[in-house]
Amino acid sequence: MENTNKRYWRGLEELRNDESFIKNASSEFGDAPAQTQYESLLDGSGTHRRDFLKVLGFGMAAVSLAACETPVKKAIPYVNKPEGEFPTIANWYASTYLDGGDYASILVKTREGRPIKIEGNALSKISTGTSARVQASLLGLYDNEKLKGPKKGGDLKVSWDTIDKEIQQQLGQIAASGGAIRIVSPTIVSPSTKAVIADFTAKYPTTRHIMYDANSSYGIVKGNELSFGKAVFPSYDFSKAKVIVGIDADFLGSWVMADGFASKYAETRRISSAKDGKKDMSRHYQFETTLSLTGSNADYRSGVKPSQIGSVVTSLYNKVASKLGGKSISGTALQISNLDKAATDLIAAKGQALVVCGINDPSVQTVVNALNAMLGSYGATINLDTPLNLRQGNDVQMNEFIDEVKGGKVAAVIIYGANPVYDHPRGAELASSLPKVKLGISFNDRADETASLVQYICPAPHYLESWNDAEPMAGMYSLGQPTISLIFSTRQAQASLLKWAGLPDDYHEYIKSYWRKNIFTQGGTGNFENFWVQSLHDGVYQAQQPVASSGTSFTGNIDEAAAAIARNAKATTGIELALYENVAIGTGACANNPWLQELPDPVTKATWDNYACVSQKTATDLGLVQGDVVKVDVKGKSVEVPVIIQPGQPTGTVAISIGYGREKSGKSGDGVGKNVYPLAVISGGFVSLYPGEATISKTGNFREIAQTQTHDTVMGRKSVLQETVLGQFQKDPLAGRFIPKVETAEGPVNATDLTLWNGHKYKNHSWGMIIDLNSCVGCGSCVVSCISENNIPVVGRQEVINSREMHWMRIDRYYSTDAEIGDYKAMEVASDNPEVTFQPMLCQHCNNAPCETVCPVLATTHSSEGLNQMTYNRCVGTRYCANNCPYKVRRFNWFKYFDNDNFDYNFNNDLGKMAINPDVTVRSRGVIEKCSMCVQRIQEGKLTARKERRRVADGEIVTACAQSCPTNAITFGDMNDPESNISKMLEVEREGRAFHMLEEINTRPQVSYLTKVRNKDVASNKQPA
Amino acid sequence: MYIPFRKDAAFCSFSNYSKTFVAIIIAMLLSLPVLVHAQDSTAAAGAAPAGGAGGGDAAKGEALFKNNCAQCHAVTEERVVGPGLKGASARHDFAWLSKWVRNSQAVIASGDPYAVKIYNEYAKAQMTSFPNLSDDDIKGIFAYVDKAGTAAPAAAAPATGGGASGGTASAQGGGPSDLFVLVLAALVIVMLLVLGVLLVIVSLLSKAVGTETDTVNKGDFIARLGNTLKGIAGDPAIRSATIWIFVLLVLKATIDGAYNVGVQQGYAPKQPIAFSHKLHAGEYKIDCNYCHTGVNRGKSAHIPSANICMNCHGVIKKESPEIQKIYTSIENNQPIEWVRVHNLPDLAYFNHAQHVNVGGLECQNCHGEIEKMEVIQQRSSLTMGWCIDCHRKTEVNTKDNKYYDKLVQLHSGESKQALKVADIGGLECSKCHY
Repeated sequence: MENTNKRYWRGLEELRNDESFIKNASSEFGDAPAQTQYESLLDGSGTHRRDFLKVLGFGMAAVSLAACETPVKKAIPYVNKPEGEFPTIANWYASTYLDGGDYASILVKTREGRPIKIEGNALSKISTGTSARVQASLLGLYDNEKLKGPKKGGDLKVSWDTIDKEIQQQLGQIAASGGAIRIVSPTIVSPSTKAVIADFTAKYPTTRHIMYDANSSYGIVKGNELSFGKAVFPSYDFSKAKVIVGIDADFLGSWVMADGFASKYAETRRISSAKDGKKDMSRHYQFETTLSLTGSNADYRSGVKPSQIGSVVTSLYNKVASKLGGKSISGTALQISNLDKAATDLIAAKGQALVVCGINDPSVQTVVNALNAMLGSYGATINLDTPLNLRQGNDVQMNEFIDEVKGGKVAAVIIYGANPVYDHPRGAELASSLPKVKLGISFNDRADETASLVQYICPAPHYLESWNDAEPMAGMYSLGQPTISLIFSTRQAQASLLKWAGLPDDYHEYIKSYWRKNIFTQGGTGNFENFWVQSLHDGVYQAQQPVASSGTSFTGNIDEAAAAIARNAKATTGIELALYENVAIGTGACANNPWLQELPDPVTKATWDNYACVSQKTATDLGLVQGDVVKVDVKGKSVEVPVIIQPGQPTGTVAISIGYGREKSGKSGDGVGKNVYPLAVISGGFVSLYPGEATISKTGNFREIAQTQTHDTVMGRKSVLQETVLGQFQKDPLAGRFIPKVETAEGPVNATDLTLWNGHKYKNHSWGMIIDLNSCVGCGSCVVSCISENNIPVVGRQEVINSREMHWMRIDRYYSTDAEIGDYKAMEVASDNPEVTFQPMLCQHCNNAPCETVCPVLATTHSSEGLNQMTYNRCVGTRYCANNCPYKVRRFNWFKYFDNDNFDYNFNNDLGKMAINPDVTVRSRGVIEKCSMCVQRIQEGKLTARKERRRVADGEIVTACAQSCPTNAITFGDMNDPESNISKMLEVEREGRAFHMLEEINTRPQVSYLTKVRNKDVASNKQPA
Repeated sequence: MYIPFRKDAAFCSFSNYSKTFVAIIIAMLLSLPVLVHAQDSTAAAGAAPAGGAGGGDAAKGEALFKNNCAQCHAVTEERVVGPGLKGASARHDFAWLSKWVRNSQAVIASGDPYAVKIYNEYAKAQMTSFPNLSDDDIKGIFAYVDKAGTAAPAAAAPATGGGASGGTASAQGGGPSDLFVLVLAALVIVMLLVLGVLLVIVSLLSKAVGTETDTVNKGDFIARLGNTLKGIAGDPAIRSATIWIFVLLVLKATIDGAYNVGVQQGYAPKQPIAFSHKLHAGEYKIDCNYCHTGVNRGKSAHIPSANICMNCHGVIKKESPEIQKIYTSIENNQPIEWVRVHNLPDLAYFNHAQHVNVGGLECQNCHGEIEKMEVIQQRSSLTMGWCIDCHRKTEVNTKDNKYYDKLVQLHSGESKQALKVADIGGLECSKCHY
């Protein structure tokens, strides 16, 4: 700077050349502060560290207080509001639930364009309610672990165009060179899909379509072919049957169309206390291995070993034949309780009898057919002319297919909704040879066990996003329409097949033209557009009245069948293994559905696991206690599962459920339980779930089973369960009723006559419920329906073990016991073959509610309409109410179950949360919740009535549980309305079957139960203790 | 450096702030009754015109008309989107009308000259078809139109005053509250005057007494005053009383403050489009229902979608930059993100249809004088206390509603009071919380 003409100063100090400037000029950072200054900081005379913290703390508090302003929320309207769509007002669409061979005609409730609830379609003649699985299928739509678009090998970014081009080219080459193309699917109920496959086959003539069912009924189809020349699965009409004999067929729980069967079955079980009311009911015998839902509902149940099932059928046949003059057949004469009785009753009910057998063996089915033919069931309770199309799987073809793949004879495999690697006994063989197939395509929605082994995954959307149709029973059609636009970049399998066949890939148009050509012509009137719109609106269309089959003549070779049965039925001494399908998870296709995983099995009450059911005697013999992990070995294959002691399980048998042990289903389903499909065997081409003798060995490990109910018997409390037998009921409608008395100075009085409370007056409505224990089969549909309607969180296995499941509705299952009343220790033990009773349990909405009086903050109060209200935002979580509730129906939110990685289910991702019902609060941690009797529906129903300036009509407001019940066991309504169904029923039953739970404590619930009546002989009735 | 009584110093400074705070709180407390009364007055004013519907067909027709027709048609001769319906039933026979209502396109297609004329006159805008309306429904609608159309001009006359008449109504309704404030203010002034007079008297008297001791100066008086004050300050009873009063005031202020957390009364955020309710609802008197289509149907009143704006703005004021924003939104298929003004917490359930359709309340009841708002503002506190208060005071609109017949009958047998919302369970938890 000295060299320039100008001089610059850094400051006046420099110009003035102050002393301090000179002193500091050389030291850039100045002197460190003197020691004393440090001390002043320490001794508090300077700025103190604590002061700093104080200021900081105050600052933080001030800032957060200042930030208490509510964040800005946006109100975003449509750009173009779709016609008919009103935000906050639900729209309902009729559609069709199809999952392989499982079918239901449904109504879908959508809010703001997203489905939030599924209900049964009352217009359908064959599916009235909804099963638990149908209810839960909603969550499958919002499963975050589905593929978001097509996948080629590991490439998730591949476009549909690329995939289409490649696949089309390869298919063309394969077809040209005569290479075999195979489409593998479960039963396809949709006629138009079959037409699509036919079109595809026309383009690629080397195509063959193979259907198989994980839990196969091919034996029945084959049996009918052998007996009547009709290879069909017949339709059964349980409502016309006076005597039903079920042999290894869980027709109320998991067999074929269980909810449809259950609704017809329940019609025969409904009785009335009215003077001229219906006083007779069907009698139901069940012979089975595992104590199934159906066996639990039977009037007489016998446990048999799997190897004895054939003999049960032949013995029953011979007994009936000897009386009815039929030809007797060879076979082991079995000594099994109730068999003679069943035969006698069947004969007496000739023409109104029904024998159903679920075993997948054509020989046994042939004898069953002969028996039914002898009893005149064809044309009465069984109809071969309107077959059920829900089980069309062909085990033999599937077996051949696996051989072909193994032999390298297949050039292209298209997996359509099936997962044979997981759910076929030969899955492992397929797994090793499938990757060698030149072209492998899967339409599955995720890279599951099978799809992960093929090159291309062309994910198909969920059924709620798809067009579909179905013909579940001959002449009964059903339409499925999308209720939401595609969530991911998926394409319907039908559209993919059409595209590859070089046809227009608009499946909607395809279905429409299919209906125009094939279904409209079957008696449709007017113009087609109107017919189409009407069919879409109704969801179902019945082509013609199903012709009642005139008696079908049996032409089967019964001797040959009997000989085959005798060959297979080798008496065993060891422990026989039985595999069964359970009610919640089914065949395992929906294993990634946490609602279903947490739905307790109706009988074992276990969740989140499969297990080996053994009888108490077997367990004692083997030195096992519940929870011991055992190795079940059968023919060189084994699984390790925990043991559950299951009353009713025949000694010398062990039963394990299929559907578990998925490996590639997603977070909720993976690693839950063990896969036992590989243990199944193929005998004579038919998949058999009875692989024969197994060895059971203790592993030394222990795994607690997450059960929601661990106490099995009702311990003689007559005020909880009230039951009787038909004979006694016919004499006295009050039979089985327990009317508690209380001793007073004036002598004993009815418990309900004494009260400390003033009671409530219901001027307007008095909402109440009747649960008919006779109609309830315990299927659990109501439980899932309640979960779906009321945003009930999933808590997971460990929390269920901690007894913290959140279900508002549970179904208590009670076994009878053989012990003497008074011997309380022994009374805890259930009988070997117990009577089972199911009792749905929910908030009883007591008028003298014990919970209301103990709440310190008035968070639970009584409404003027009979409801026991729960106000979450007032609850402080003392749990006094739960403690004081005699019915144990109040659930406490131990955790925040949403947005919590420890509960990584549907509430932990944005997609899963789309299933939330926007009219019901999602509860947070620390509050009690319980059944509200669907108060949101009550409010909505009342508002609709008020808007239309009228009273609420009976049946207009239905709770979720009542609506989903396939057997109409739950009646909900206004007890103040004398014209309502519930009032009329109570009028009759008040002096009959209607009772309140725990009447002696006089809580005066709004919920009444109707006594359970078993159709047993009066003499054999033993009051369950 | 040593600072004595450090804590006290902080205390003092805090008390300075709190004084202003308390002052504000007191001011707010004073003004609170005014607000409460103001709301009541609108409630009363709003409830009045709700009745008046005739019986039979017309009543049913009114509901149908409001839900289905009012968006496009007026009961007078005024053009809205479609023609005014006054005299329509005289111009045409019923068969023609019902055909037209159920499917206007079919009538036009049939070549009916009047139909074609009116179709062309209204720029070939298609009328929505209502195939679901029964003959009775349509008769009801026209019965209502005839009735309301003749009543409307009569009603319109006093309404021409518009804001003025509303103003007087509220002034009448708010009379007592204004008076209350005036009296209060007068009292305060009188008290201040009295205080001044007393002070003068005291000083005069002390002067008079002071003459005897001959030294008379101001300093002496002030010193004595100071001594007295010191004495008072030294008195432990007075000290503790002061502290207690202070603590209680602070506590009240805190509690009141806490109650107001999340209360957004007066919230008037800037909206992405400077939409004026004053213009649309106030000056042009467009029915609220026209844009807020859900108000009679469901929970939400609905923020109108852009296509509703286009019904008019497809032709009107296309060049305005604010309207251009709607065009942009439609072109980009990007919804307009309005700032939500009225926010209820998720735990509270509110349904517009219940209040507007069934209860017959006017929008202004809760939303204030929307028709005068340039920028929409939250007028009511929307707190639970506010809801409950209204449910306690409001009579149930039971007129012509069969739902309530039984309740009214029961109630009249038991009580001479009118049937209030609270009497039919309007205060119960599960009415709004589930």
